[in-house]
Amino acid sequence: MVREAYHKALKELQDDVLEMGKLVSQAIQSSIEALKTRDIETSKEIIKKDQEINRMRFDIEEKCIVLIATQQPLAVDLRTLTAILSIITDLERMGDHAEGNAKINIMIGEEPLIKPLVDIPRMGEIGIAMLEKSLKAFIERDVEAARRVCNEDDKVDALHDQIYHELLLLMMNNPKIIHLATYLTWVSHNLERIADRVTNIAERTVYMVTGEMEELNVSKY
Amino acid sequence: MRCAISSSKLKKKSNPAVNVIDLKFYYGDNLALNGITLDISEKMITAFIGPSGCGKSTLIRCLNRMNDLIEGVRIEGCIKIAGKDIYDPAINVTELRKRVGMVFQKPNPFPKTIYENVVYGPRVLGVKKKSILDDICEKALTRAALWSEVKDRLHFSALELSGGQQQRVCIARAIAMEPEIVLLDEPCSALDPIATAKIEDMLVELKKDYTVVIVTHNMQQAARVSDYTGFFMMGELVEYDETTELFTKPKKQRTEDYITGRFG
Ligand SMILES: Nc1ncnc2c1ncn2[C@@H]1O[C@H](COP(=O)(O)OP(=O)(O)OP(=O)(O)O)[C@@H](O)[C@H]1O
Ligand SMILES: [Mg+2]
Repeated sequence: MVREAYHKALKELQDDVLEMGKLVSQAIQSSIEALKTRDIETSKEIIKKDQEINRMRFDIEEKCIVLIATQQPLAVDLRTLTAILSIITDLERMGDHAEGNAKINIMIGEEPLIKPLVDIPRMGEIGIAMLEKSLKAFIERDVEAARRVCNEDDKVDALHDQIYHELLLLMMNNPKIIHLATYLTWVSHNLERIADRVTNIAERTVYMVTGEMEELNVSKY
Repeated sequence: MRCAISSSKLKKKSNPAVNVIDLKFYYGDNLALNGITLDISEKMITAFIGPSGCGKSTLIRCLNRMNDLIEGVRIEGCIKIAGKDIYDPAINVTELRKRVGMVFQKPNPFPKTIYENVVYGPRVLGVKKKSILDDICEKALTRAALWSEVKDRLHFSALELSGGQQQRVCIARAIAMEPEIVLLDEPCSALDPIATAKIEDMLVELKKDYTVVIVTHNMQQAARVSDYTGFFMMGELVEYDETTELFTKPKKQRTEDYITGRFG
């Protein structure tokens, strides 16, 4: 085996992506938890921690650029690096969606929730599970697992529809809660976007392994 | 710098200039090429890559019968240029080498002036008129992207030029014969990046009129200039495809391992 340092650096980059994915998944998780428990402090914490996610994205990007400039990666290595560049952009945006949820929680502030949250946490759970599976598929270069992840996006889309209509009904019945209901539609929208970006990760994984660009799940939104 | 990508992206198929059919080549008992079959496209740049000793030079030397000069060699199979078997006994080898020019790894200008180097072939072929020779010299040097650098010292010794300039004199010398095909065996291995870039630009320019075959150990160079790339290992053609395909998604594991440095 030649070019050991180079291949080690490539491997480390993949570990970095996994690390960044963990931070993002935690951010999503706690943004929903904080919303459910009306925990403003945690929401502030999430906003602060998003800086770390952003910084990590730039660090990884920089490492990719250095490898491209110095090692002239080809074939699967080149595809891995371009996949990483794309995945970290998606992860960074997912972090922003989690941060968005945290900001919404702060905006809701002292007001009580208009309904107990059931479907929103459900959406979050599915999204987080999808994220974790997509990153596992990326690391293990498992095309089949990547394709499977994308199918789950339909569940998230369906939940988003359901939540949206439910909130619309609540608003029609009680115009005083329109602002609060709107906040929750934003949360739902953020979670829908997160799941959608997970499918991008899965698509990149398929490309990295096979060299073929496939659109795996065309989101409704 | 010019780039070959645009042309190869078009997936323009051109006619084959050369057909190599089940070519086997032996140095004594040593089988150096084990049944190579490939077409080389007309007015395209085809690169041959592969580890040392895999037979790249042997193959390109077969294309103008340079190997005939080596003792104890044997060739089986067939090579056709413009549809004609070049190993047919009726073939005039001198005529063949005029049609298929060659440039070597180390610049090897003759110890003569730049001018005399370039017009050497046409002179040997009997061109005597100065105005015609002058014209050939200017055209060939222009093609070889050297004219502006040497036009004021055409009658200086070619040996006084830099390595990169000498290599371009050799390319001009090959082009002055108006070949159909130009073979280059690692033409840039002794050159700095600037001289290399000049030669690469020139190659992309050359393919408008010529079919170019280049052997290179520099995979980035193959990726930059060529339209098609063949990867060889131990006398076999492992994979042959459009360059962009071969370097982004090779089909064979052995190609992948070699170009990503997981080989050996
Ligand atoms: N003149 C020769 N006499 C005997 N064997 C030779 C001769 N030239 C080459 N060979 C052998 O033929 C095989 C192919 O050699 P060739 O020079 O074609 O390889 P190559 O791919 O051009 O390698 P490199 O990248 O090192 O130039 C090698 O095993 C080599 O030892
Ligand atoms: Mg050689």
